[in-house]
Amino acid sequence: MAFEGLGERLQSTMDRIKGKGKVTESDVKLMMREVRLALLEADVNFKVVKQFVNDVKERALGSDVMTSLTPGQQVIKIVQEELTSLMGGENQKINLSQKPPTVIMMVGLQGAGKTTTAGKLALHLRKKHNKRPLLVAGDIYRPAAIDQLETVGKQIDVPVFSLGDQVKPEEIATKALEHAKEEHLDTVIIDTAGRLHIDEALMNELKNVKDIADPDEIMLVVDSMTGQDAVNVAESFNELLNITGVTLTKLDGDTRGGAALSIRSVTQKPIKFIGVSEKMDGLEAFHPERMASRILGMGDVLSIIEKAQDNVNEDEQKALEKKLKDSSFTLDDFLSQMDQVKTMGPLDDLLKMMPGANKIKGLDKMQFSGKEIDHVQAIIRSMTLDEREHPEKLNASRKKRIAKGSGRSLQEINRLLKQFNDMKKMMKQMTSGKKKGKNPFGGMGLPF
Amino acid sequence: MGIFDRFKRKKKIQEEKPASLEAQTDKLDDGLISIDEFEEWEQDQLSYKFEQGLKKSRDKFQQDINALMSRYRTVDEDFFEALEEVLISADVGFNTVMELTEELRKEAQLKNITETSELRETIVEKMVEIYERNGDASDEMTINEDGLTVVLMVGVNGVGKTTSIGKLAHKYTQEGKKVMLAAGDTFRAGAINQLQVWGDRVGVDVIKQAEGSDPAAVMYDAVNAAKKRGADILFCDTAGRLQNKGNLMNELSKIKKVIQKVVPEAPHEVLLVLDATTGQNALSQAKAFKEVTDVSGIILSKLDGTAKGGIVLAIKNELGIPVKFVGLGEQLDDLQPFDAENYVYGLFADMIQESDTLEEKLEEDKDDK
Ligand SMILES: Nc1nc2c(ncn2[C@@H]2O[C@H](COP(=O)(O)OP(=O)(O)OP(=O)(O)O)[C@@H](O)[C@H]2O)c(=O)[nH]1
Ligand SMILES: Nc1nc2c(ncn2[C@@H]2O[C@H](COP(=O)(O)OP(=O)(O)O)[C@@H](O)[C@H]2O)c(=O)[nH]1
Ligand SMILES: [Mg+2]
Ligand SMILES: [Mg+2]
Repeated sequence: MAFEGLGERLQSTMDRIKGKGKVTESDVKLMMREVRLALLEADVNFKVVKQFVNDVKERALGSDVMTSLTPGQQVIKIVQEELTSLMGGENQKINLSQKPPTVIMMVGLQGAGKTTTAGKLALHLRKKHNKRPLLVAGDIYRPAAIDQLETVGKQIDVPVFSLGDQVKPEEIATKALEHAKEEHLDTVIIDTAGRLHIDEALMNELKNVKDIADPDEIMLVVDSMTGQDAVNVAESFNELLNITGVTLTKLDGDTRGGAALSIRSVTQKPIKFIGVSEKMDGLEAFHPERMASRILGMGDVLSIIEKAQDNVNEDEQKALEKKLKDSSFTLDDFLSQMDQVKTMGPLDDLLKMMPGANKIKGLDKMQFSGKEIDHVQAIIRSMTLDEREHPEKLNASRKKRIAKGSGRSLQEINRLLKQFNDMKKMMKQMTSGKKKGKNPFGGMGLPF
Repeated sequence: MGIFDRFKRKKKIQEEKPASLEAQTDKLDDGLISIDEFEEWEQDQLSYKFEQGLKKSRDKFQQDINALMSRYRTVDEDFFEALEEVLISADVGFNTVMELTEELRKEAQLKNITETSELRETIVEKMVEIYERNGDASDEMTINEDGLTVVLMVGVNGVGKTTSIGKLAHKYTQEGKKVMLAAGDTFRAGAINQLQVWGDRVGVDVIKQAEGSDPAAVMYDAVNAAKKRGADILFCDTAGRLQNKGNLMNELSKIKKVIQKVVPEAPHEVLLVLDATTGQNALSQAKAFKEVTDVSGIILSKLDGTAKGGIVLAIKNELGIPVKFVGLGEQLDDLQPFDAENYVYGLFADMIQESDTLEEKLEEDKDDK
């Protein structure tokens, strides 16, 4: 990530305080300045930031921050808690109608990810809710928009209803609902054309479609990279349509995603899903507390662990989590992880989500192709179990033996050991302090 | 003085401009205007749509900054903090805002400025200066006059690459160039057809292969075909990709290499499309795409919304990449060349006007006494 997280930001203030051994009101003020900057850098709207910082400051002054031995951590704890509760506390599910069909309408600016998310939702509802979805091609304006939806439908094997691009979206919606009834399809997902929130004619069209289709879920799709304008967009769409949910897309990028907070504060509507890939399975539930740490630049460890969980059996996973926490992770664990990684998809994507991962030199250049993993595994397999637990024992002659055994070069072995070391250091950093606080995020990834 | 005066002069010219386009054409038909006047007129025509597009975002910005000035009359820390916020709300990069306010603080101290109204001109000046400071990269398209020009379009998902190609194809076809398009987005559903529709609209050839094929292979074909058919400009569409995806970014450098196999000095232009709605992440995008493809210019799309795209100031300042075009809508002719002065002027026009009327009012008040 391009910017410092709140942890790093608070570090210099903390160093100053350390010398004095006492926290004053003006220290708190200084820390609040850092909180403010961290949020602004994360693209949280400045008005939202202002309100937020005022609230946090009040809480900080009225709490034990000033008497605490670790005021920095206390501030972060408060900030994180406030952020989480502002974003809704818990994940909220999609609205499904008791009597079919459930109607979902996708709305948003151009290029936000409506069509892709429509496909993802269809797949999600069929897989997790046993629904029989119908995708409706309501974008008659953008070139090849219908084509795009039809291709998406084919990819996930979901029927697509289209009347071409010469029929008004209002009529398409009407006919689509009839069609769904005839075909006994219980979920209707209407894709609409991207439009500017200030385009009155097109916004009215949305209102008409809403009136006709009476949707259970009006999903505002927003690009997570959106800057300060997010408040205007969300406010306009919400005012006119009374949206019921938000999906934040493209969170597989390296944006902090402060728009999440902005949208939530101006609409009070829940963010329900996040998009994390261009592929149809790239839809995940939104978790406020994870988003909070992401906005604060503290990585998204839980998401990494969850992603792993999808592919790993639960007991193994628990053991791994524990090892990550007490940093007893060994080369042997690394070895068995690799097997799972092979089934999990690109490791570099995963690693990049980790806090502090951007600080490991060369990580961005590292390629984790299947072949590389094979090589690394060969190296580790040529070590004794004792060596796997205590790599510091590997002297020159042992390394030579391993090189012979694995058919890899000495440099490769040294590189692996170095990278493993860096990784362990990073894990230690991101989990240190975890045992102390009740808050699962307390002190996570913090250098103090 | 200086820039500020130029703005004022521009404003005057603008005011003299007749309201309707027909009226202007009549004026032209009289045969009474000089070449200079004609050029001025032509310039105004160009900036007309641009100004319109910017007007909405400008209005909001003006309100903010005027409110700021009236709320904070004296230059103090509160004022600077509020000014930072105004600039940040325009998505001007964070570091740039800091740089700007830091310089203003110094300037205020140096010149002993205590009233915010006296600082107003300096703010405008500094913003233009920040844009122009880092390098003098051309804001014109590089066109290879004797031979094929290859233009590579890059950017993250959904920013407007394909649409911008349609607009550019239209522009250069109208200027008499033979244009061709390469359907390099073989990944996103319907992307090839989308480009084909634009090709049909403009009436130019689109070189394409099946969805899912190797984009580098498409480019190789396309550059060869463009050479063979004697095209002047080939616009290469690519799939959107997030800048933190190593493998996809590598694919871009591969595409570039393949193009160079056929035309060693190509691509003559690598245009990064940025969505004006994007916040601070645009800087990270510009950095990453510059690293792999040596981006030579930016197209700032979707300026017809309420977003201001102020991050381009930061990008120019920190990376030296100039904006070459702005996108102002979804139609063929919704593309305008970028003009830094116009852009900043656009952001501040009303504010300047406001200050003029304010000054006049103050004068009147004085006279009354
Ligand atoms: N990496 C990534 N790309 C995404 C995600 N969601 C959508 N995209 C991409 O973003 C681009 C725009 O997505 P679309 O689904 O076409 O967006 P839209 O809102 O329907 O766009 P218009 O119909 O043109 O207004 C496409 O290239 C998608 O593949 C996501 O979560 N991650
Ligand atoms: N309002 C507006 N919409 C635009 C502009 N440029 C592109 N779009 C829209 O943004 C969406 C994404 O554009 P597209 O060209 O498909 O983006 P790509 O994925 O980068 O190729 C489409 O709906 C376009 O119509 C612009 O300047 N203004
Ligand atoms: Mg769409
Ligand atoms: Mg495209």
